[in-house]
Amino acid sequence: MKNQVYLYPIWVRLWHLLNALLFLTLIVTGLSLQYSSNDYSLIRFDWAISIHDIAGIALCVAYIFYLFSNRFTSNGTYYQFHLTGMLVRVLKQLRYYSIGIFKNEDAPYPISIDRKFNPLQKISYVIVMYVFMPIIVITGTALFFPEILPTDLFGISGIHIVDLIHIVTGFALSIFMAVHIYFCTIGKTALANFKSMINGWH
Amino acid sequence: MKKLLFINLIVLFSTFLIAQEITDESVEHSPENSKCFYCHGNPTYSFYNEILERNVTNRMNPYLIIDSALYYYQNHSSFECIDCHSYGFKTFPHDNELQMEAMPGCFDCHEGDDEVYNFAKIDQQFQESVHSTKHSQDFTCWMCHNPHTYKINARNNQNLLETIVYDNNICLSCHADINKYQLISSDKNPNIIEKHDWLPNQISHFAHVRCIECHTDTSNNILVAHKVQTKDKAVRKCVECHSQNSILMSSLYKFQAIEKRNKYGFFNASTLDDSYIIGANRNYYLNVLSGLIFGFVLLLIFIHAVLRIFIK
Ligand code: HEC
Ligand code: HEC
Ligand code: HEC
Ligand code: HEC
Ligand code: HEC
Ligand code: HEC
Ligand code: HEC
Ligand code: HEM
Repeated sequence: MKNQVYLYPIWVRLWHLLNALLFLTLIVTGLSLQYSSNDYSLIRFDWAISIHDIAGIALCVAYIFYLFSNRFTSNGTYYQFHLTGMLVRVLKQLRYYSIGIFKNEDAPYPISIDRKFNPLQKISYVIVMYVFMPIIVITGTALFFPEILPTDLFGISGIHIVDLIHIVTGFALSIFMAVHIYFCTIGKTALANFKSMINGWH
Repeated sequence: MKKLLFINLIVLFSTFLIAQEITDESVEHSPENSKCFYCHGNPTYSFYNEILERNVTNRMNPYLIIDSALYYYQNHSSFECIDCHSYGFKTFPHDNELQMEAMPGCFDCHEGDDEVYNFAKIDQQFQESVHSTKHSQDFTCWMCHNPHTYKINARNNQNLLETIVYDNNICLSCHADINKYQLISSDKNPNIIEKHDWLPNQISHFAHVRCIECHTDTSNNILVAHKVQTKDKAVRKCVECHSQNSILMSSLYKFQAIEKRNKYGFFNASTLDDSYIIGANRNYYLNVLSGLIFGFVLLLIFIHAVLRIFIK
């Protein structure tokens, strides 16, 4: 374990495993609901509803756990950022991914115990975990209790607007996930990051 | 129990709504009717008792009370009571024989009235319905169309949610009220809420779809399907409604559907004003756009991966 740092404490790994599994479930059932049809359905509609509901509630719980843990452990510090110079750092990282990596340059922001995420990771994790996740959790909860929604919001039913936001955010998160999984293959070896996320050492 | 309470609340609330809306004074109120309403419009009535030789006040049987506001708001508001009821009711006490009088049916007046409403087809569907086949004599059109309050809704009420409440209350007037139910059957009244336990979000569903959506066989020739079928033929599959070719388009939203099909690229757009139905209200442009974006991202990832493999 020389040259390695312990970056992913056990709670991060467990949360992340649960989070990823729930997310995949939600995406599959969500798509099945959105494209439900009389002739064929990926998953039977009422089952898809139940699974989506249960996975959604579990995700909320997991998310709250994540918020608290990040608030009360040092892991939260990895997510703090300064706006000044932000753009420059992100662009530098982007340049590395689109050009530098093919010239075998060194990564501009190597991972260390003080810096778990490179600037691009940091900004995307912050946006995903502190902007998109709250939106999808709140709209999902509202759809679970539709009676609390206004029946008339600017002339359209409240459920309709909330559902649209829910679906669009879900779509954005699906895109994130595809890119996220791909970027995780960029490590010492293609599987190195996944191993880290299992045993905690980087 | 809570849900039952809720349904009762809806019923109460809706009568309140209807009562509030009645400001239409255009109908000429017949003075003949006022005489009947003098007794049948109030919880108590007075009359001169010739044996005691004084005025007596009695309670009116609640089932014989007719709300005059609702009466003058309905389809047959221009009628005098004695257009349908025997002339003999003008005297009090009413002659006992009158209780046996035969009442007119819709077809005594609406025979051949098929251009707009297609009464003939409605009658045919009604004859085939579970109510009629099992209880042909006792179950008349009046059972659902209250002779003193029936007002068309589905055809001309702009507020769809009101129509849904109105139509569902017709069914619930028996299926949630044992006293009326037993006019027809001595069996135990099945509990509607328990029998529909399999349907999630029951409150939301019953406020946004009508009983007849699931329990009737629709027909192209009439606006409101009348063939109520046995329970084993009822719609149970969620995707009948929650899909692009939702059955709701040929029933609940039939009237609006013709006018504003696929507004702004939403499938089944006419449902959007009052409900959002998962699976039925996808947006065509959003679907295409999301497919394109996702494909583009995957393509970028693919190119990046290939370059990484070959350049390294
Ligand atoms: C003085 C009060 C009074 C007036 C006026 C009156 N009714 Fe009645 N009506 C009663 C009472 C009391 C009953 C219940 C006892 C009975 O059936 O005689 C009744 C019963 C009835 C019934 C139900 C009979 C049944 O099937 O049991 C009908 C129908 C009816 N009235 C129609 C009318 C009509 C139509 C008018 C107006 C032309 C009218 N009544 C005027 C007091 C009145
Ligand atoms: C369009 C025809 C029609 C008109 C108009 C009409 N009724 Fe009736 N009425 C009926 C029928 C049909 C019944 C029997 C209902 C049944 O069998 O369920 C009835 C029943 C009744 C009853 C018995 C209680 C009940 O609901 O079964 C009373 C009382 C009554 N009518 C009073 C009146 C009064 C008062 C008026 C005028 C304000 C009036 N009706 C106008 C058709 C009419
Ligand atoms: C005694 C005769 C008579 C009976 C019985 C009768 N109707 Fe009517 N109905 C009429 C007449 C007349 C009109 C037109 C009233 C008007 O325009 O003021 C009418 C109008 C209507 C309308 C149209 C209202 C509108 O605003 O366009 C409907 C719907 C209707 N009746 C349904 C029924 C049904 C259902 C029944 C049986 C449950 C029934 N009627 C029984 C005579 C009758
Ligand atoms: C099981 C209940 C039930 C019975 C029985 C019933 N109807 Fe209806 N009917 C309804 C409902 C619910 C509506 C929708 C009312 C609305 O919103 O306008 C309706 C609507 C109608 C309409 C108006 C349709 C339109 O195009 O606007 C007519 C006409 C009609 N019924 C005639 C009849 C006749 C005639 C009979 C007897 C042969 C009958 N109904 C029996 C429940 C019933
Ligand atoms: C006048 C009272 C009354 C009204 C109004 C009424 N029903 Fe019924 N309904 C009954 C009775 C009684 C039965 C039981 C028939 C039997 O099995 O003997 C029944 C049976 C049924 C059944 C069949 C259940 C089975 O065992 O298969 C269905 C479905 C149904 N009703 C739906 C409706 C709907 C939908 C409406 C409104 C459009 C409605 N009913 C209005 C009295 C009513
Ligand atoms: C989403 C579709 C749907 C709606 C909406 C719906 N039902 Fe049903 N209903 C069903 C199905 C499916 C069954 C058969 C349930 C079973 O067999 O266990 C049923 C059963 C019934 C039965 C028979 C109960 C028994 O076991 O004897 C009655 C009566 C009934 N419904 C009345 C109503 C009434 C009244 C409403 C409106 C308030 C309504 N339904 C709304 C689908 C529906
Ligand atoms: C008769 C048509 C119909 C059938 C059958 C039906 N639904 Fe629905 N459903 C609707 C409508 C209409 C809405 C929209 C309600 C609203 O706008 O609040 C809805 C809404 C919903 C919602 C969202 C509740 C909300 O308001 O957020 C869920 C979940 C749902 N249905 C599940 C089901 C399941 C599971 C089944 C099968 C067991 C089913 N539905 C069968 C018509 C139907
Ligand atoms: C949409 C669902 C997902 C979200 C929101 C998400 C979010 C995150 C976050 C916030 C981290 C940093 C955790 C920390 O150390 O604090 C992380 C790391 C990681 N995730 Fe995910 N993840 C998701 C799905 C996945 C999936 C499906 C996989 C693999 C199949 C995956 C693989 C990894 C790996 C390997 C890391 C460690 C590398 C790194 O820190 O970037 N993730 N993820």
